[in-house]
Amino acid sequence: MREILAALVVGAVALGVAPSARAHAFLDHASPPVGSSVPVPPPVVALWFTQDLEPAFSSVTVTNEAGQRVDLGNVQIPQGTPAELQVGLKPLAPGTYLVSWHVVSVDTHPTEGTFTFEIKP
Amino acid sequence: MRPILYDNRRARLAIAAALMITPIYDALAHGLAGERFFPATILTDDPFVADEMSLPQVTQTPPGPDGAQETDIQIDLAKRITPNFGFTIRDEWRRLRPTDLPAVTGLGALQTGAQYQLFVNGPHQALGLLGLNATLGHTGRIEAGAPDFTTLSPTFDFGKGFGDLPRSLPYLRPFAITGNLGFDFPTKVESAGVPNPTAFNYGFAFEYSLPYLECCVKDVGLRAPFNQLFPLVEVSLSTAVNRGLGGQTIGTIQPGIIWAGTYFQIGAEAIIPATRLTGPGYGGVVQLHFYLDDLFPRSIGKPISEWW
Repeated sequence: MREILAALVVGAVALGVAPSARAHAFLDHASPPVGSSVPVPPPVVALWFTQDLEPAFSSVTVTNEAGQRVDLGNVQIPQGTPAELQVGLKPLAPGTYLVSWHVVSVDTHPTEGTFTFEIKP
Repeated sequence: MRPILYDNRRARLAIAAALMITPIYDALAHGLAGERFFPATILTDDPFVADEMSLPQVTQTPPGPDGAQETDIQIDLAKRITPNFGFTIRDEWRRLRPTDLPAVTGLGALQTGAQYQLFVNGPHQALGLLGLNATLGHTGRIEAGAPDFTTLSPTFDFGKGFGDLPRSLPYLRPFAITGNLGFDFPTKVESAGVPNPTAFNYGFAFEYSLPYLECCVKDVGLRAPFNQLFPLVEVSLSTAVNRGLGGQTIGTIQPGIIWAGTYFQIGAEAIIPATRLTGPGYGGVVQLHFYLDDLFPRSIGKPISEWW
């Protein structure tokens, strides 16, 4: 037990002296939520990440079940929320939609992901 | 002399290719294949080259067949030399407690290895890595269990996430498996009258990624720290194949959990002997593991080939 405690103390000290840094940006949450069913078509898809994003290399697209783009292509990182990515949507019919994102965090680490949401009939 | 336009086009193609390739290489540094993140597992080797460090890993082994028990404090460093090629180095301090005898302490054998990232398939969340590890003889205290001979261990390590299953099977998609297949080739037939057999090693880690569930399948409302957990079971076995010990198998089964944060992860597992030959009783292991590529993204977290 003493060895385990000592190990954790050493680790905590090492962490304490680590410099402030940035890292990989993973999806924290989204609106509409990942895998959700919503009754009203949303006007935008918004994604919140665990790290600030590099605007020039971050993108998100939304496609319908036929693979056609239904987003407006106006991807933006709102001012004052550098870890958020938004894209506007065309008026959507009931169905399942695929959100695909590819982002680069401000320290150049890239990550990507996909999820679906459904609009109820 | 080539036209300037031709050179410009070549230059632009080279830059474009570099931009396309760089993200793939960066992703490799962190156990990523497409949208799947593989945490560093404790028992089995990882199927990716990395800039990571375990500091420390503390293991309380189950009692051996003779009742002896061991406590190890281990440090492990993985470093990329180029984006696809890296090395590992590992050592440990041991405290061996034989039954009815005073405890013996000392360093274990120095272990090092070279690794090459064979493939990364993003859409199918698959990784493959070839490695050659060496456990170096006479680099630790023999009375504390360190060997007096070197062992060479070629390995193939792999990982597969099941996120490419149909979306109609949502709760199976967060599963992933990583594994190792390899051999130990001792460079000495026997030590103090005890044979050193060649051994076939095989290990697997079965994990369920709650981060993947939350990011890519369904937001079930988990929040920190629960949305960063990986419940897992690791199994590692070693079967001797010659020198009178053929067929004898030792190994452990280790159920546990890993929490993966932004700059480090913490893992803990119980150690359960998998065979009678391994010994009776139970042990445990805890590990603190740092992501050097995230802590130091512009310096030592990059491949050595990109330092200048």
